[in-house]
Amino acid sequence: MPDLALGLAAAGGAGLCALGLAGPLRPRVARIGTVALGAAEALVVLVFLAAGAPAEHLALPLGLPGAGMLLALDGLSAFFLLLMLLVGTAASAAALPVAGGAAFFPPLLGAMMLTLLAGDGFALLLGFEGMAVAAFALVLAAPAEPAARRAALRSRGMAGLGTICLIAAVGLLAVPQPGGIDLGFAAIRAHPPEGWRAGLVLVLVLIGVGSQAGLVPLHVWLPSSHASAPVPGGAALAGAMTAVAFYVLIRLSFDLAGPAQPAWWGVPLIVIGAAGAVLGGLRATLEADIRSVIGAATICHAGLIAAGLGLALAARASDLPSLAALAFGGALLQAMAHALAATLLFLVAGAVQQNAGTQHLSRLGGLIRGMPATTLAALAGFASLAALPPSAGFAGVWMLLQAAIAAPRIGGLPLQMLVAVAAMAMALGVALAGAASVRLVGVGFLGRPRTPRAAAAQEPALAERVAMLGLAGAGLLVGLFPALALALARKALLLAVNAGMAGRTGVFAIAAQAEAPGYGAPGLAVLFALALALAWAFARTRSPAGYRTAPAWDGGSGAPPVWLPFGDPATQYGEASFSQTLRATLGRTLLGARETVEAPPPADTRPAHLAVRAHDPATMLLVRPALRLHRTLVRMAARLQALSLRHALALAFAALVLLLLAVAITEPS
Amino acid sequence: MVAAMLRLVAQLLHAALMLAAAPLLLGLIRHLRARLLGHAGPPLVQPWRDLIRLARKQPVLAESASPLLGAAPFVDFAASLAAASLVPGFALGMITAPLADLLLLAGLLALAQVALALAAMDVGTATGGIGASRATALAAFAAPALFAVIFALALAAGTTNLDSLATLRNRGTIGFSAAHGLALAALIIIALAGNGSVPADHAAARWGVRCDYSGRHLALVEWAASLRLLLMLSLIVAAFAPFGAANAAGTLLAWPVGLLAWGVKIVVLAFGLAVAETAAARLRLSRLPELLGVALALALLAVILLCVGQGFA
Repeated sequence: MPDLALGLAAAGGAGLCALGLAGPLRPRVARIGTVALGAAEALVVLVFLAAGAPAEHLALPLGLPGAGMLLALDGLSAFFLLLMLLVGTAASAAALPVAGGAAFFPPLLGAMMLTLLAGDGFALLLGFEGMAVAAFALVLAAPAEPAARRAALRSRGMAGLGTICLIAAVGLLAVPQPGGIDLGFAAIRAHPPEGWRAGLVLVLVLIGVGSQAGLVPLHVWLPSSHASAPVPGGAALAGAMTAVAFYVLIRLSFDLAGPAQPAWWGVPLIVIGAAGAVLGGLRATLEADIRSVIGAATICHAGLIAAGLGLALAARASDLPSLAALAFGGALLQAMAHALAATLLFLVAGAVQQNAGTQHLSRLGGLIRGMPATTLAALAGFASLAALPPSAGFAGVWMLLQAAIAAPRIGGLPLQMLVAVAAMAMALGVALAGAASVRLVGVGFLGRPRTPRAAAAQEPALAERVAMLGLAGAGLLVGLFPALALALARKALLLAVNAGMAGRTGVFAIAAQAEAPGYGAPGLAVLFALALALAWAFARTRSPAGYRTAPAWDGGSGAPPVWLPFGDPATQYGEASFSQTLRATLGRTLLGARETVEAPPPADTRPAHLAVRAHDPATMLLVRPALRLHRTLVRMAARLQALSLRHALALAFAALVLLLLAVAITEPS
Repeated sequence: MVAAMLRLVAQLLHAALMLAAAPLLLGLIRHLRARLLGHAGPPLVQPWRDLIRLARKQPVLAESASPLLGAAPFVDFAASLAAASLVPGFALGMITAPLADLLLLAGLLALAQVALALAAMDVGTATGGIGASRATALAAFAAPALFAVIFALALAAGTTNLDSLATLRNRGTIGFSAAHGLALAALIIIALAGNGSVPADHAAARWGVRCDYSGRHLALVEWAASLRLLLMLSLIVAAFAPFGAANAAGTLLAWPVGLLAWGVKIVVLAFGLAVAETAAARLRLSRLPELLGVALALALLAVILLCVGQGFA
C-alpha cells in the first residue's frame, strides 16, 4: 500500500498531540499511551527502513490557507525519526512529568515528529517552532526558581532567533511561482540556489540550527538551560532535540541546496565543529552540576558531528563520494551514539535529583552504594560520552577521525592544514570529554558521601531503571555492531552524498577503505573477555580467595573524628579540585579562568575562601557586545516615544518618502 | 587452515611473551639505572619475585570503597593485555592483525587509565584524588599529540592498521624521511610522559592511582603498568623499525630470528630509556603541558611535511 508508513506516522504524531490533553486529567493514561504509541511508531519506521525506505508523500488539507501542508518520509527522515522515537519512548517511560508538565510532553514529541516528517518549508518551520514552544511550556508549567525561569527565557529567545533565521533561509530557498511561492521540497530541489543566495542560505541555516544544536558561538545558553530545566521531563529530550536540529541542517544544506555547491561550504562547519569540540569539552570539566556537564558535553559532541558534516560537504563537492560517505556515516553514527548517551545521562541526572535531592557535585558522593543500577547506567553513558571502546561513542569517533585522516585527499594545502588542526582539536575535545566523565562519576557517584542526603539516596522506580538500562544496552549494541546502525542509514547516505558504505561495513568490522582492516568491535570484545578470563584465572589459582577490609590507608593519616561518620569531607577531592590542573592550564588561556583566594588576616579564625571565575569566550565576544548593541538600540527607540507632534509628523512623512523611493527603484521597468 | 593455526599459535606465543617480558623489562631498566648511578642494582628478576609474592597475599580493601575498587585492577589488566596482544612483536600477520588499529590502541590505553582513575576516586582519599586528577589531565594533554602521530603514520601508510603499516615498512614501500623522524621524536616524548618516566616523573600521577591496592590487586596493577611500558616500546619498534620480524604464516625458522631482532631492539630502547632517566631532570608539573605541546608541534610538522611531500597539495 502506498504511503502507508507515512500515514501511520502522521496519525501517530497527531495522537501524541492529543494525548497532551489527557495529561493533566489522567497522568497514567498519558504515560502508558505515549510509551505505547512511541514504541508502535518506532516499529513502523524500523519496518519502513528495512524495506528499503522508498520515498513517500502525503498532502494534508491543514496548514497554509489555499496550499495545505506536505508531509514526506524518506531514508534520511526515517533514520532520525527512529532515533527520536527510541529515545523519546525511553524518556517517556521514565520521565513523563506529573501535573502541569504532562500536558506538554507528548506534544513536544509530536512537534519533533512534524519537523522530521515535513515535506515542505511550512511544516518544517511549524514543527521547529512547535518544539521550542512546547519545551518552553514544559519549563513554565513546573514550579521553579527565578534563575530557572530566566534560563528558560534565554533558551526561548535563542530558539526564536533560530526560527527567524530558518524562516529567512526557507524564504530564500522557496521557488517563485505564479500566484505566490512554492515551499515544497520537491520544487526547491529542482531549483537549487546559486551565488550569493546560496552563501546567505548557508549562513542563515548555520545560525538557525546552531542555536538549537549548540554550535559555537551560539552555545553559551545550553549548559545553564539544561541545568535549570525541571525534573523530570524536558531535559530528557534534549538529546532528541539536538538530533532533530542536525536533521534540519542536513536536510537544508545537503539535500535542498543541491550537490552543486562549492567545496568551501564545508569549511565553516569544520571550523565551528573543531572549536565547539574543544570549548565544550573544556567547559564540561569545569561545570559544577550534573546537567551542566552533560549540556557542555553535548556542545562537544555537536561540534564533532558538525565537523564530520563539514568534511562530507567538502568531499562531496570535490567529487570524492567514498570519503563523503565515510564522513557522513560517521556523523550519523555519532549522532545516534550521542542521542542515546545524552538521554540516558539526563534520566540518570533526574534520578539523582529526585533521590539525592540535588544536582550539585559538591553535595553528592558515594551514590554507588544506594543506587548501584543508576551508577551502572551512568558508567555506560559516560563511557559512550568519553569514546571508550567498545561503546557506541567510540565507533562514531573512530569513523569521524578516519574521515579526518583521509581528508587531505581533497587537496589544497590550506584545506589540508585546516583539516589537520581541526582533527587535533577534535581529539583534544574527545579527551577533555573523557576527563569530564571521570570527574563527574568519580566525584558524584564514587567516594564518600558529602552530605547525609547523598548517603541516604535510594534507587528510582523500576520503570526508570528499566528505561536507563535499556538505553545503555541499546548503546552497547550499537557500539558492538556499528554496521547495524550504518545499514539503517544506508538510504540516508545515498540521499545526502550519493554514495554508500558498501564493501566497507560487515557484521564483524567497519573499515575506511574497501578490502582493508578497520575497527572490529566484536573481535575486540572477545579479546577483552579472554584477557579478563586470564586475569581471573590468575587470581583464582595463585591467590588466596576472599579479601579483608580495613580503614583506607590514605598515606598513613589517622581515622577521622567520631562526629564525621562519613569521614572529613575536606579531605576528599571535589569537583573544583579535580579540574584544577586543566583549569590552570587550558582554562586560563581559553576560558580566562582565574582563582582568587581571600585569606583572613592573621589571628582571625575564619576559613579562607577559594573563588573560581571563568567565562566563555563566546560570552565576551558575542553575547556582551550584542547586549550592549541591544541596549543602545532600545535607548534610541525610546526617544521615539518622547517625540513632539511636529517631529512625529516629520518622521511619518520621511518614512513615506523613503518607501516610495524604494518602490520606484526596485520596480522592474 | 595450517596458516590460520600458525597465526593463532604465533598470537598465543606473543601474548605469553609480552606477559613474561614486561616485568623483566622493568627489572632491566631499574638495574641499568642503578648501574649508571654507580649502585649495584636489584637483580633483573626482582619484579617477577615481587609479583609472585604479592599474588600470594590476600588483598585488603578500604572500608569506604565500593566493589569497583576490586574490579578495576581486572579491567586495567585486561585492557593492557588486549592492547599488548595487538601490537606486533616478533611476528607480523598474527590472527588479531585485522584488529590492530592505532586508534583502537589509544582507546584501550584510555580505558585502562579511566579504570584506575575511577578506582582511585572510589576510595575517597586525598592521595587518590590527586593521582586521578593529575593522571586524567596528563592523558588529556597527551591525546592530541598521540593523534597527530597516528595521523602522520596513517598519511604515510594509507591506513591506521599497525600490522599493515609494519608490513609496508618491511617491504620498503614507505621510506624513512625527516617527517618520520619528527613523528618518532614526538612518539618518544609521549611514551616517556605516559609511562611516568623522567622528565614527566610525578609521584602523584604515577603512584597516586595505585595508592590503595594490595595483594593480588596490586600485582595485577603493577603487571599492567609494566605491560603498558613494553607496549609503548614495542609500538615504537613496530611503527618505525620492524625489520627482522617474521611472517606468522611463513616458515617456523623465521620465528627465532624475529624473536632475536625484537628482543635486541627492546633492550636497546630500554638502555636509551635508562640513560634518559638518569641524564634528564624532572620537569615541574605546570611545565608538562608544554612538553606535550612540543610533541604536538613536532607531530603536526610531520603531518604538514607529509602533506606537501606526497603531492596532495
